[in-house]
Amino acid sequence: MSDGAKGAAGPSIPITVEFTGGLELLFGNERKHKVSLPACMEDGNPTNIAYLLPYLVDNLMQDQRKEMFIMEDNVRPGILVLINDADWELEGEETYELQPGDNIVFVSTLHGG
Amino acid sequence: MSDLDERCASLRAQITATEAQLTGLKRELASAQEAAAAKSNSAELSDNQQVQSKSASRWPLLQEEYKRYGRQMIVSQVGLEGQLKLRAAKVLLVGAGGLGCPAAQYLAGAGVGTLGLIDGDTVEVSNLHRQVLHRSHNVGKYKVDSAIESLRELNPHPTYIAHRTHLTPSEAPRIFAQYDFILDCTDNPATRYLISDTAVLLGKPLVSASALRTDGQLMVLNNPPRPPGDKQGGPCYRCVFPKPPPADSVVSCADGGILGPVVGTMGVLQALEAIKVITAGAGNGEAQNTGTGAQQSPLLHMFSAYSNPLFRTIRIRSRRTNCAVCSAEATVTLDTITSGSTDYVFFCGSALPPSLLAPDERISAREYNEKYPGSDHGSQGSSASPSHTMIDVRDKVQFGICSLGDSINIPISNILASTSTGETPSWVPAGLAASESNDPIYVVCRLGNDSQLAVQRLKELGLDRGGQRYIGDIRGGLRAWREQVDPEWPEY
Repeated sequence: MSDGAKGAAGPSIPITVEFTGGLELLFGNERKHKVSLPACMEDGNPTNIAYLLPYLVDNLMQDQRKEMFIMEDNVRPGILVLINDADWELEGEETYELQPGDNIVFVSTLHGG
Repeated sequence: MSDLDERCASLRAQITATEAQLTGLKRELASAQEAAAAKSNSAELSDNQQVQSKSASRWPLLQEEYKRYGRQMIVSQVGLEGQLKLRAAKVLLVGAGGLGCPAAQYLAGAGVGTLGLIDGDTVEVSNLHRQVLHRSHNVGKYKVDSAIESLRELNPHPTYIAHRTHLTPSEAPRIFAQYDFILDCTDNPATRYLISDTAVLLGKPLVSASALRTDGQLMVLNNPPRPPGDKQGGPCYRCVFPKPPPADSVVSCADGGILGPVVGTMGVLQALEAIKVITAGAGNGEAQNTGTGAQQSPLLHMFSAYSNPLFRTIRIRSRRTNCAVCSAEATVTLDTITSGSTDYVFFCGSALPPSLLAPDERISAREYNEKYPGSDHGSQGSSASPSHTMIDVRDKVQFGICSLGDSINIPISNILASTSTGETPSWVPAGLAASESNDPIYVVCRLGNDSQLAVQRLKELGLDRGGQRYIGDIRGGLRAWREQVDPEWPEY
């Protein structure tokens, strides 16, 4: 569990972030993380997934190979992002505004068989 | 084996397969004749139930088939109609490994009429814990032949077709055209894109599954199968993954490991989804079988053996309006596939073994052994070779399976973990960090890839004292150690 609202004043949004399909290996081999984010971003808009991505790299990721998670400011190809059990493409991708209690899952696709 | 011997073996195998196919056709003919006779009989004798019951020929299935499939036929979603659909179905499994074996086993058991298997690999001992159709005595044999041997013992009725080759773009359309349902049981992204593209362009529904370590994933794709541009069709693999993952992020079962029941679960589920789609529309009343996914939003099923819950199903997107294959803007066609202008290997890239180190930063296993004899004895303390440090960067589990006697274990994941700049990371042994010694440091791993990354990192941290201390790796890792030094070293 890691909590990092960075001492921001004002309300915060508690969410759960999960990594599966091997991505957990980049995050201290922990699948489930409780995260608390500020309710608003620096520009005053509600906190969205675009804010969450670099936040995870800076605060939760333990492996130095950032490109295994983020490429060109987005999740790298081969990673699905799920917002409350739906593909994030159904929810507006990185513009989705986080709600308290949201469950965000990052799944690396598997290829073995 | 000479070319001629190989040619003979291949011809013999083809004859066996063709004979099996012939047997199947004869059986189909027999039951078709029976059915035709029954039809004319029943018209004449419809007023005489007793006479009719003497004639077995009016039943669409053989007596033995009623017994064999009875337990699944009385399930209301299947019924006689579903069973006949299964018998008429022609299913192709691409891959006869951890997914393909259990999937084929259940489809053959269920009475799918024609089962094709395509795989160019031969059975290895390391396959047997999960590829449940293969027997120890079949190690070295083509997987498809080994699998069909087992399947025929299980159920002699289906027609089994062996394709002893890896699926290639030039052959894929010709092979897929002989079937009406495809199972993707392969193990690499390039083949997964090829299978999905070909299935979409030929209008075949597809069940795609994969597994690694303790996790598995499954999707029913192109269901319903509609022509490119038709938004009512199910999404394809490219809709879900328009861009392939970077090649160096793709982990195989050989490198990452796999639990047998995990990949088995996914293969069994593939067979289940195939049966659901094939028998869709059969059954009656409330149990009316609508098959899989056709009436609802497309789904991705994820299995995770050590998570709670074990299964999780998520809604995925429908067809992508700019998909390269299934949209109106499609650029991939059967022609671009067979001609090679859709280049799957280029698209997915290939992870070349890294060669990050200069030749003088590497040492062969043999040279290392000559320099420091005795390293391979597990009982040895560090006193035997006090003049160097050997770091094994495999993970703890692999280190626990076997290790060089005087090596210390620092997993590569620790070495690559980010640290605040300037600080010496906590995994650096105190002795190495503090000592003024210039005794060399060697790094070893399983195959000689991670060890190169580790050497680079150690040098970045300044442990080579500006070049005064040698840091290098064992070329080819512990596999080379087995080949060059210790033939008894466990190969896992």
